[in-house]
Amino acid sequence: MSHPLLQVSGLACERGDRLLFADLSLSVAPGTLLRVEGPNGAGKTTLLRILSGLHDFYDGDVRWCGEPVRRVRDHFLRNLLYLGHRPGIKPRLTPMENLRSLVSGANVGDERLEWALDEVGLLPFAHTLCDRLSAGQQRRVALARLYLSDHALWILDEAFTAIDRDGVAALESLLAARARAGGAIILTTHHPLALADVTTLTLTGAEQELAS
Amino acid sequence: MTAMAPRPRFIAADTPLPLGRAMVAIFARDVRAGLRQRQDLLNPVVFFVMVVALFPLGVSPESGFLRQAGPGILWVAALLSTLLSLDHLFRHDHDQGVLDQMLLQPQPLYLLVLAKVSAHWMLTGLPLVLISPLLGLMLQLEGNSLWALCLTLLLGTPVLSFIGAIGAALTLGLRSAGVLLSLLVIPLYIPVLIFGTGTVMSLSEGLPVSGHFALLGAMLVLAVLLAPLAVAGALRISVSNG
Repeated sequence: MSHPLLQVSGLACERGDRLLFADLSLSVAPGTLLRVEGPNGAGKTTLLRILSGLHDFYDGDVRWCGEPVRRVRDHFLRNLLYLGHRPGIKPRLTPMENLRSLVSGANVGDERLEWALDEVGLLPFAHTLCDRLSAGQQRRVALARLYLSDHALWILDEAFTAIDRDGVAALESLLAARARAGGAIILTTHHPLALADVTTLTLTGAEQELAS
Repeated sequence: MTAMAPRPRFIAADTPLPLGRAMVAIFARDVRAGLRQRQDLLNPVVFFVMVVALFPLGVSPESGFLRQAGPGILWVAALLSTLLSLDHLFRHDHDQGVLDQMLLQPQPLYLLVLAKVSAHWMLTGLPLVLISPLLGLMLQLEGNSLWALCLTLLLGTPVLSFIGAIGAALTLGLRSAGVLLSLLVIPLYIPVLIFGTGTVMSLSEGLPVSGHFALLGAMLVLAVLLAPLAVAGALRISVSNG
């Protein structure tokens, strides 16, 4: 395996009075698909938010390409795509407008945006306001970004929520192709994943972690 | 079909970032979404008009009183009406996860906040400025006083938006910001209020007012330059907790 992109050691985080995890270590190299598992409340979302730099209250060492992530933050963010469990789209905009503002950093033409919306099956709704769409369709707007993304690292929190079976299958094949092409992916999901070569990290909740 | 998706590409640290485009995108997105949210757009204006209209009815319709109190009434109404709109500034975006995406953009958060608060002022502050000459006339202000008042509002309402954004960002983690937001923000609004109304008072007494305008302008420059720093810091903390 090549040099790790993201390296974590001795990570600990508290929420409220509860220790979510302690002394957690992981390393993500290009081409890795890492799945974070655990019961509700085990700290999956918090871990993913720490890794993406959204949650800043933790102990331990998070490194991007060997450098502390806090120091190389803007380099890290250029190579990161994070999709949270909230879709991150504005309800009073159409899927097309949402997508356009989300990829504003990259130079993407309207045909590419339409193509991406077509991939997630939303082309007929490209100009309908998002608050008229279903939860699954809103989620698909966010997922359309994956088809446009050339970021080296994807962090996907509950990406499959509210997505139908065909959508999940399409997404699985996208993730597999992505990992083969050398992209790194960290994700949480309660769906069974039909993917080979998945590394799994299990968060058990505080008590066991404290004992270990 | 996935063959058409771009391959992962490692972007070097020194690749130039499109700063202007990202700012314009946020500004345009917020203005467009705001124009479709009629309720949020109309609320501050309706509130502004109602408060101002209540004074001649409730206190005195006498032109001497109105001319004396008019600038103060308009300014206080504009201030409260801005306060009313502040809670929406980040809360919807936070609930939808839109704010997370803004924080993860590689562009400096300072610039993105600048664009976002400017859009907020366009939607909530500018309409107040535009309608103020009409209300000024209703309060018997005339000639220079009227235009001076509108000019102080034009300089002052963006200051209110930028300072208010700090409070909105700090109280984002709370379920409803309400009174705390007012407590945080109103003390910071007082200097703006004093110089805003003071300008028109001095003018009607025949005193020079260029100093007042210079001070309001300085407050505007300071607010635009410094407030986004505080807002960016407050947003990071609020989002970390949320």
